[in-house]
Amino acid sequence: MSIKVNGREVDWVENETVKQLLKRMKYTFPLVVVKINDEVVPRNLFDQVTIPDNAKVAVIHMISGG
Amino acid sequence: MDKKKYEEIREKLQESSVGIAGLGGLGSNAAVSLARAGVGRLVLVDFDKVEESNLSRQYYFQDQVGRLKTEAIKENIERINPRVMVEIFNCKLEKGSMERLFKDVDVVIEALDDAEMKTAFIEEVLQKLPGKPVVAASGVAGYGRCDSITTKRLGNLYMCYDEGAPSSEESVLIAPRVALMANWEANLAVEIILG
Repeated sequence: MSIKVNGREVDWVENETVKQLLKRMKYTFPLVVVKINDEVVPRNLFDQVTIPDNAKVAVIHMISGG
Repeated sequence: MDKKKYEEIREKLQESSVGIAGLGGLGSNAAVSLARAGVGRLVLVDFDKVEESNLSRQYYFQDQVGRLKTEAIKENIERINPRVMVEIFNCKLEKGSMERLFKDVDVVIEALDDAEMKTAFIEEVLQKLPGKPVVAASGVAGYGRCDSITTKRLGNLYMCYDEGAPSSEESVLIAPRVALMANWEANLAVEIILG
């Protein structure tokens, strides 16, 4: 029962939302793009979408500048 | 390199199209690089005018200060490679319709400056144009840190990425690193096109 977050293996927690996972991982970046099993999760759904077991989660930190 | 292979590459690039959202440091440099490479069609979007301070990193000239970036970059590209078809859109990308101008290009490059807009753009294009390759950049500000830049591929999203870089509020935006990231994005686009 585990998931991978940015390649790092962590415990899977039942019914954990994206928002809760980001908090647990201490990802405090204000702006991130989150993909679960290669599907992008819109930010307005971070507190609704839950992480399935065995998921591969990618969190990309967007930094201003261009 | 043998002539046949060279011709194949040239033809593939000539038949390809790339859309670029934003014509600041990332977008103007990426556009010029892709024009030099011989990409056949470029769709370029920005709402801004060239400012004196932009010249520290963006592909414009002193005598273009005050002009629309879209028109200035088109002129610069035509001076380099007049065979490129350059389509310009002088407008601000709005949340809810970010993908609108990029439906019919082969590759989309995110070249916006603000993190909020970058995030919204990537989210929307990935969701609304499934299968469309998106090249984006995060961590452009500052100097040095060459070896911290990596390509992070997540399905159709190709990130030119340095997560430890400062933001543009914390550090400078200057040519060497900005152009490096811009050409990194352009190089990824070429790689996607050529397969």
